[in-house]
Amino acid sequence: MSNSSEALATHELRHHFENMEQQSGASSMGMWVFLVTEIMFFGGMFMAYLAYRYEYFVAWQEGSQHMDFWIGTVNTAVLICSSLTMALAVLAIQQGRRRLTSIMLSITICFAIAFLVLKGIEYHRHWLAHEFPGSAFHFAGVDPRHVEMFFVLYFVMTGFHALHVLIGIGLVSTILYMNQRGHFSADYHNPVENAGLYWHFVDLVWIYLYPLLYLIGHHHAG
Amino acid sequence: MEKIISAKVYFTVWAALMCLTVTTAAVSYLDLGAFSIVLALIIATVKGSLVVLFFMHAKYINVKATLLVILAGFFWLAILLLMTMSDYITRAWS
Repeated sequence: MSNSSEALATHELRHHFENMEQQSGASSMGMWVFLVTEIMFFGGMFMAYLAYRYEYFVAWQEGSQHMDFWIGTVNTAVLICSSLTMALAVLAIQQGRRRLTSIMLSITICFAIAFLVLKGIEYHRHWLAHEFPGSAFHFAGVDPRHVEMFFVLYFVMTGFHALHVLIGIGLVSTILYMNQRGHFSADYHNPVENAGLYWHFVDLVWIYLYPLLYLIGHHHAG
Repeated sequence: MEKIISAKVYFTVWAALMCLTVTTAAVSYLDLGAFSIVLALIIATVKGSLVVLFFMHAKYINVKATLLVILAGFFWLAILLLMTMSDYITRAWS
């Protein structure tokens, strides 16, 4: 990081902004505009979930009982911990502590990988139990056609969420690489903040997926 | 300059999120009937608000236009969910 001040010079105030504060304000506003499109993207799936749950309430209860409650709960905790380390990474770079930033970003990536591994184990179990929608789908309980619909929404929603986690790993890794190259400092760290916003958004989506998929039928399983 | 939030705040929010996760998981063992989904969604909304306000710094944003963007996003989501569901739910009334 010896040539860090040189690297920083390329990232200083762009000519179309008045000052650094305006630049960083515009940067986070742009990120939020993108996140609003993400809210609408996931919102459509939540809408489908709600409408089908209203129409096929029993099938939704049945389907939810076949979720892996413990993996879902542990994964919720894993994502919350990753959000903490991401927030601490942003705090560290605000204070100009690059080494601590890199450490926190690395831990965040580890949590994200742990989440995907657990998710993979879960998907594999559903696959073996013939719970993946399609010709091999088999469900012995009531209303199998609509339980299959529950699983369609389960795989689509958690699948798109897992894709976002995967993209998040790529994003945070890129930020980690750039930080190692000395691109960020206490004065300039908008990309770190925006990566943080993205990562917390992924956590936010899961905070709603967890009760809607894993908890709604859980008490019946006893 | 941007507001720097202390690590203590982040750890407190993290502890609250973990406690709420344990709470929502624990109450899912109780049979509260239709209220269980309501309670689960209330807890999720409290958790989500903590994430947006503190981790995503929404509480500390000083650019009003950004706040408008955030509120508009959730407002549009509310239109999508509430108006569509008000249709589905009232179809049986006729």
